Amino acid sequence: MGSKYDVLVIGGGNAALCAAIAARRGGASVLVLEGAPKFYRGGNTRHTRNMRCAHDAATEILTGPYTEEEFWKDLLVVTGGQTDEELARHMIRESKDILNWIVEQGVRWQPSLGGTLSLGRTNSFFLGGGRAMLNALYLTAERLGVEVAYDAEVIDLVIEDGMFLAARVKRPINGDTEIRATSLVAAAGGFEANIEWLKEHWGEAADNFLIRGTPYNRGSILKMLLGKGVQEVGDPTQCHAVAIDARAPKFDGGIITRHDSVVFGIVVNKHAQRFYDEGEDIWPKRYAIWGRLVAAQPDQIAYIIFDSTVVTSFMPTLFPPIAGQTIAELAGKLTLDPAALEKTISGFNAAVRPGTFDHTILDDCRTEGITPPKTHWARRIETPPYLAYPVRPGITFTYLGTRVNKEARMLMKGGRPSANMFAAGEIMAGNVLGKGYAAGIGMTIGSVFGRIAGREAAKHARN
Amino acid sequence: MHGTRILDEADRLMTVCNSCRYCEGLCAVFPAMEMRRAFSDGDLNYLANLCHACGACYVDCQFSPPHEFNVNVPKTLAIARAESYAAYAWPRALSGTFARNGLVISIVAALSVAAFILGFVALNDRGVLFGVHAGAGAFYKLMPHNAMAVLFSAAFLYAILALVMSVRAFWRDIGDPIGGRADGGSLLQAIRDAGELRYLHGGGVGCYNEDDRPTDRRKLCHHLTFYGFLLCFAATSVATLYHYLLGREAPYPWWDLPVVLGTLGGIGLIAGPIGLFVAKMRRAPELLDEARYGMDVGFIAMLFLTGATGMALLILRETAAMGPLLALHLGVVFALFVTMPYGKFVHGIYRFAALVRYAQERRTEGT
Repeated sequence: MGSKYDVLVIGGGNAALCAAIAARRGGASVLVLEGAPKFYRGGNTRHTRNMRCAHDAATEILTGPYTEEEFWKDLLVVTGGQTDEELARHMIRESKDILNWIVEQGVRWQPSLGGTLSLGRTNSFFLGGGRAMLNALYLTAERLGVEVAYDAEVIDLVIEDGMFLAARVKRPINGDTEIRATSLVAAAGGFEANIEWLKEHWGEAADNFLIRGTPYNRGSILKMLLGKGVQEVGDPTQCHAVAIDARAPKFDGGIITRHDSVVFGIVVNKHAQRFYDEGEDIWPKRYAIWGRLVAAQPDQIAYIIFDSTVVTSFMPTLFPPIAGQTIAELAGKLTLDPAALEKTISGFNAAVRPGTFDHTILDDCRTEGITPPKTHWARRIETPPYLAYPVRPGITFTYLGTRVNKEARMLMKGGRPSANMFAAGEIMAGNVLGKGYAAGIGMTIGSVFGRIAGREAAKHARN
Repeated sequence: MHGTRILDEADRLMTVCNSCRYCEGLCAVFPAMEMRRAFSDGDLNYLANLCHACGACYVDCQFSPPHEFNVNVPKTLAIARAESYAAYAWPRALSGTFARNGLVISIVAALSVAAFILGFVALNDRGVLFGVHAGAGAFYKLMPHNAMAVLFSAAFLYAILALVMSVRAFWRDIGDPIGGRADGGSLLQAIRDAGELRYLHGGGVGCYNEDDRPTDRRKLCHHLTFYGFLLCFAATSVATLYHYLLGREAPYPWWDLPVVLGTLGGIGLIAGPIGLFVAKMRRAPELLDEARYGMDVGFIAMLFLTGATGMALLILRETAAMGPLLALHLGVVFALFVTMPYGKFVHGIYRFAALVRYAQERRTEGT
């Protein structure tokens, strides 16, 4: 048989599957090319957990209303205004319907949450996590007749004058290495696992980055599209980066390598010096800024230091804290200068002012007379054993992408819309997220623009 | 360090899972885990027996093999669970039985059947075993009712004693040392959870068995087996009451309560175990505790044989086959009773105890 489909979807995550399902439901024949082997299918979706959607009233799974306006304001805050307002508002409006649409595709939500994260009002949690969500989408797609090929690496795109003609794959699929399609949906993620590409913008520091997602997010499709005249959006140095355990594997450590203990202690660099206000803000900022802060420190390493009084205040961790009965012993284990660390901690302890500790609000426990200050949750570190987590920048996803319009249609350089190329997910997330991050927005972008891209791609193919 | 290597591995996994928690909505194991930060042997045995082996957490886990974190909760807990049966067995001297369970069950069953045949022949002349007996009291021409009652009561009471002693050891290990008795509410909750197999539903979609497409087949077969067993038990109990209270002797006509209950139960005990056996044969090897294959299959086979011999006896009870079939049926049931405390049967008891403990913890936590 000839390899000609109505819609070709490149990628295998949430955005790709939403696109494939929407296109198939729209009457198109659909092929999904997933570059990873089956176990690693779905890119970063494997590691996600929840999705942020607007809703006007509390539901079985959400504790209260989260209006479009409130969502928009949250997005404005985290991006500092670096967002395409028209696209972002469109996405927020569509997110209301996605909450139910995604359930119709077999995805299940968790009815109530254990309470480790304060997101019960704004975010819906996938029952069983992101891989469970993916499994459900794949089952639905296959039941509908979507074809899926794994280990299907695309090595070239044939694009003429903004019009997609065919994709070339490394290994034959259905006996052919060239797959033609009437429409293309590119949903192949970002380039966070491509250290060489990261180095172009971050320099040698990128060698010390850990990648929280799969090693398959190499951005090759993004690079091909940008090389063939698609307009780019976003800053290549912007990404979602958190501080994760330095002992984590280079790739795919996922959620369990993160630390949320920053507010309970102090953070020092390899010279045992503090470098930022650990008590600046609560969720989500305190997580999302620390990857970037550590990336700016010498050798891209830092240490969260706290004492034995707070170990049960945060989530249990995969890697145990490094412990010492004295500050000097701890410093030795961390290969920090003991005198410098003792000086930093005694200086910090002396600066702590009395207050009433409450980590759920911006409390009145603060320091006076040191730089940088710790403006909230400051308490003396004085009860042995002293404990520490070494942390490095953990890159979750990148924001450089392809520019799209409200139809998820790619725009070519000069602003002309492509005839038949659509994009969804992380590959176009930069349209909405210029910088910063708030939990669950990546999945909203993926599902909303995935569904739009699939629908529009099918519509184009049928015309 | 724990008592066994598998508990060390279970501890490692619970540390991974506790820092992830994506699975907390799937079953009771993960919320129970979240109530702890460190895990004693008893805690791990508790979690292992709370696991219903639905496989959902394996299929949903981003860290299951081939990922380097190598997280396989269903298999690890299955092995830990099986090892816990031996660890709590009473008397201790018989805990080794679990290791060679399939063989032990076969030998005990064969000996029991042979003993009943020999007993029938010894109590009567040869002709009676192959004779045609009909009407009330037909069974007792082969063995007097009182002899039967004494034999089975002894076997049953021993099984109960051994099970009670074992579950006591389990409860002590997993439970709160102070006031380790369950309240009524927790008991009721556990009865409901066990009765509907609430946690064999993979979080709502069904159980994962041969591949990543969940179904309710294993749950249905388990229901058939479990309720089939209960119906057969009820049939025997009603028949005993008939005998002693009403003076009515077996066999009873097909429409009478003991036979109706026994027939329905027998159908369940034939269909259910076949389904469970097929599911076990087809279960994905990465989820299976291969070392316990013999124990599991031995128990399934005994339940199937109980149902099958009982049904054969019902159908052929007015022919010359009645004598040998009665010997076969009684032999199988006797062997089932005697081996109960040392085989897969205990999984239901420990699981129920774990569910009670879980209900109790939830109530204490106020969630």
